[in-house]
Amino acid sequence: MNPWDILQTASAGDLILLSMLLPLAATLGNLVFRSMPNLRDGLTFIFTIAIFAVVTVIAMRFASGESFALDLIVFQPGLTIAFQVEPLGAVFALVASSLWILTHIYGIGYMRGNNETKHARFFACFAFAIFATMGIAFAANLLTLFIFYELLTVSTYPLVAHKENDAARRGGRTYLGILMGTSIVFLLTGIIWTYAATGTLDFVEGGFLAGKVSDNLLPFILALFAFGIGKAALMPFHRWLPAAMVAPTPVSALLHAVAVVKAGVFSMLKVGVYVFGIDTLSSTGASVWLTWVAAFSILAASIVALRQDNLKKMLAYSTVGQLSYITLAMAMANSTAALGGGLHIVTHAVGKITLFMCAGAIYVATHKTEISDMRGLGRAMPITFIAFGIGSLSIIGLPPLVGSWSKWMLLVGAAQTDQLILMGVLMLSSLLSVAYLLPVFARGFFTPEAQALHGGSWRERISEAPLFCWLPPAITAIGCFVLFFYTGEIVAFLTPIVGGANG
Amino acid sequence: MSLLFDTAFIGTHLNYWLFVILMMTGLYIVVARGNLLKKVVGLNLFQASVFMLYISMSKIAGGTAPIEIPDPNAVYSSPLPHVLILTAIVVGVATTALALALIVRINEAYGTIEEDEVLEIDRAKSLAETAREDERDNEEARAV
Amino acid sequence: MIEAITTFTAQHGPLLAIAVPLIASPLAILMVNRVAAFIVTWLSAVTSFGLAAQMVTITADGTVLSYAIGGWAPPIGIEYRVDAANALVVLIVSMMATVLLPYMRTSIEQEVAERQHTLFYACFLLCFTGLMGVAVTGDAFNVFVFLEISSLSTYALVAMGAAKDKRALSAAYDYLVLGTLGATFFVIGLGMIYMVTGTLNLADLGRRLAEVDAENRTVRTAYGFIVVGLGLKIAMYPMHRWLPGAYTFAPTTISAFLASTATKVAIYVLARFVFSVFQIDYPFERDTLQFVVLPLALLAMFTASFVAVFQQNVKRLLAYSSLGQIGYMLLGLTLLTATGLTATFTHLFAHALTKGALFLAVGAIIYRTGGPMMHNLAGQARLMPWTSAAIVVGGLSLIGIPGTVGFVSKWVLIQAAFEADLWPIAAAIVASSLIAVVYVWRLVEVLYLQPAREGAAKREAPLTMLIPIWVLVVAIVWTGFDADGLVSVARTAGESLLDGGFVADGARIIGVPGR
Repeated sequence: MNPWDILQTASAGDLILLSMLLPLAATLGNLVFRSMPNLRDGLTFIFTIAIFAVVTVIAMRFASGESFALDLIVFQPGLTIAFQVEPLGAVFALVASSLWILTHIYGIGYMRGNNETKHARFFACFAFAIFATMGIAFAANLLTLFIFYELLTVSTYPLVAHKENDAARRGGRTYLGILMGTSIVFLLTGIIWTYAATGTLDFVEGGFLAGKVSDNLLPFILALFAFGIGKAALMPFHRWLPAAMVAPTPVSALLHAVAVVKAGVFSMLKVGVYVFGIDTLSSTGASVWLTWVAAFSILAASIVALRQDNLKKMLAYSTVGQLSYITLAMAMANSTAALGGGLHIVTHAVGKITLFMCAGAIYVATHKTEISDMRGLGRAMPITFIAFGIGSLSIIGLPPLVGSWSKWMLLVGAAQTDQLILMGVLMLSSLLSVAYLLPVFARGFFTPEAQALHGGSWRERISEAPLFCWLPPAITAIGCFVLFFYTGEIVAFLTPIVGGANG
Repeated sequence: MSLLFDTAFIGTHLNYWLFVILMMTGLYIVVARGNLLKKVVGLNLFQASVFMLYISMSKIAGGTAPIEIPDPNAVYSSPLPHVLILTAIVVGVATTALALALIVRINEAYGTIEEDEVLEIDRAKSLAETAREDERDNEEARAV
Repeated sequence: MIEAITTFTAQHGPLLAIAVPLIASPLAILMVNRVAAFIVTWLSAVTSFGLAAQMVTITADGTVLSYAIGGWAPPIGIEYRVDAANALVVLIVSMMATVLLPYMRTSIEQEVAERQHTLFYACFLLCFTGLMGVAVTGDAFNVFVFLEISSLSTYALVAMGAAKDKRALSAAYDYLVLGTLGATFFVIGLGMIYMVTGTLNLADLGRRLAEVDAENRTVRTAYGFIVVGLGLKIAMYPMHRWLPGAYTFAPTTISAFLASTATKVAIYVLARFVFSVFQIDYPFERDTLQFVVLPLALLAMFTASFVAVFQQNVKRLLAYSSLGQIGYMLLGLTLLTATGLTATFTHLFAHALTKGALFLAVGAIIYRTGGPMMHNLAGQARLMPWTSAAIVVGGLSLIGIPGTVGFVSKWVLIQAAFEADLWPIAAAIVASSLIAVVYVWRLVEVLYLQPAREGAAKREAPLTMLIPIWVLVVAIVWTGFDADGLVSVARTAGESLLDGGFVADGARIIGVPGR
């Protein structure tokens, strides 16, 4: 019997457990074989494939109507650590596990090509972060979500501070300080308040807060959640994201595309959909203020991104803006917008990971980090720069790239709720993203190359980064294109999350 | 008529007043005296006052020792607090012994049993340690 | 056969848990060598631990164990009375002793002169006996006697640190003076309630004080004396001055043992007196807690944690952190609800594990590098990876990160604050745990992101130290996820205290009733 068949017949609980045990095993494997780099990285690669297979099977069997639930441990009387598969989580898990494969390949290339140290710790923490991500994706209640949310913070700290110099230490402090601070002060308070008020924390379709808490308090509790989920980088708690740019680029990819910020906006959507409920939000208007905060966050971040010369910092601010799209989607309390938000998790992940991996490839090949230094580089590294261009266009939202769909759905959502100003904000932000993303691509190809100080033109000394560095972004760039034709399936898969909500 | 001059109140509760005076004297010595040995004396006074409280409160006016006598109208004082205080005295003796032993060791180590001087030596040592650490932190910052 | 033994231990458990270490103490001195003394000490701790575990399982459903010493029926005779609350405390104390002792055997090689080792074990056993006795006894004066047995031996144990640093002597002296003052205050309070009620049995006191007028001034004065006296033993802010010195200069195992047990036992006694003996619904008793102790607890949470941030001596840092954590325990108590007490008892357990693990791990670094200062920790992550990892887990538990036992207690505490409609207090709890993030992360950065001394070889702590540390670390993580049992027992404990399960005649009482 081949492994695939075993997965097809395994019980639901076992599969969920497996999706979390495999990354844990990968963590252990990295620690045990820390002095055998090839075995270690190869083994981890097998694990990445295996996890993707497991998650795929879960998603397929879930799509065919099977229900997945697992009560693991009784945490306290009345509270359990429990897991459950629902559409949003399945999509998130799919995104994370599939992108991990590419990030891992890329990470091997980057870490070796760049002579970074402490590979074993790096990949072990990476795998542990995936473990936490799976826990978040499949969490069946707020308690479980919070536990894995914090584990993700803690496990990514060593990655952010990986270089162990002063800059890394400062970046790590900001990262940890903001993420842990917001989650302890706001999120935990919000969760326990919810628990004290309702006596339950289980995610329920349509939410469970309605009627248990007075309507006047709802915006306040929503604020605790919205700012408490610091990983969603809602302004003014966005500073950790640029600060974390001191980390090696695979980490940035992990933060921006695979796990961390996605976990943030995923939690945000979960809270909106399964704790408050779209209907409750729209009927009480509890989230109106949040749409404005998110809209402000989108525009402000885009403007700040315009002013950045450091490529990774620019991308970081771009992410801050893009994440607020999803917060906005939740806050609009409209089913089309919410679906668009869910879809945006996918589209932004694919687009942004391309951009980051390209930025890293440029760094590995040339050790350049400033956009102004990249003139003419595109002719030396065509694949990297073309991939970067495709990623940019997808983030901007041009068809036939996948990013266009989620923006379209958000716009439709805004139109349905007659939020003309929000429509304006969305369009303006697309324009802004054109202004900050395309110059990198244009500079790479259409400006004359700068003469290097030490003899010769670049083209003689610089070529493409190692295979492991340019192949993954090339694949994700193609993904941006291919997925454009499959968004219908993703949306159909996601539709149950808005169940009975208004149209 | 103020409470203070209520002679009847003072007269009938004389033992408690004495207890309070003794207790406060002891407490004052513990707090105000700088000599470690004198602090122990104060501590002893303080504890002795409590012994007095217990013993005097078990005394009943006209009561006799709690040994059964043929008189059916005999009133006995309560023996229990005496027994309790025997235990407390033992504890007090042990505390005093331990305190004295510590003072001997302090005298050997510091060459003084004045609290101010001991504290001064302690503080100087802590400051020196902390200063070394701060210096190291600064070097660390400069190196980076 | 086994059944006969368990029946016997169930009946005589409360007595045996104290008698065994008490008898073992002089035996340890009489032993021919250090190894034999250690074995005697450890076996007695293990025995007590087993008995404590049995007591916890028996009392988990609300049953009360009663044991009449010498067959004299209470309230005339001395009674040992155990409900879920003290069973949990007994479990904490004996568990920590059991885990700590193997570590102690290695660590005192450096910290204590070899000829004193047997005396050290004997002293430790006396301290252990005292703490167990305080927790088990149902007699008020007995509480004082056991409190002093443990305190006196603690003073001696703290002073033993003088072999490394003479400041241990002045720290021990300070502790002695303040500890004796506290104990004497407590006795004065006892004398006064004895005057009013004529009994010293805790349960009997509880019943009789319920009949006394709420305005009775003697009872009020007694309450004041007892709260202040125990406050000194607990190191309730601002009566904490003895604690940082004692924890900093005592031998590290003793710091670990005291931090995880001594103040916990005192907090238990306070809870017992406040809820089981005095009438908490009388205005004076209630207001004292809510308007005096509660603000002091909040103050401790912030100021002590804040002071901890600036410490260069890691043991002192942990000591100040303990002061802050004591604030959390007192806070739970002063909410006067079952959930609040649940939080207190959960945190007693959580903090015992956490601070125990942290002190032990720091002790292992001291063992290898010779000092508790920050520079001794620098870069140790590479030289002592397992010890450093233990400090990280302990630190996370101190902050209250999910997956550690610290999270469980913080959760219950915040929940209690919300249930009491005191959301500002919930805000204060989360805000103060941010300060913990700062001082814990200082440790993490020093351990992981600073270079080690040049030429220092990789030298992990010996296994005899590492295993106890990691037993605690595993317990921290395990109860962090599987906290059902802990919280259930803590809730039973809280309810027994609050609803008078301890005092009630109707409670299912088993044990040796006496004649």
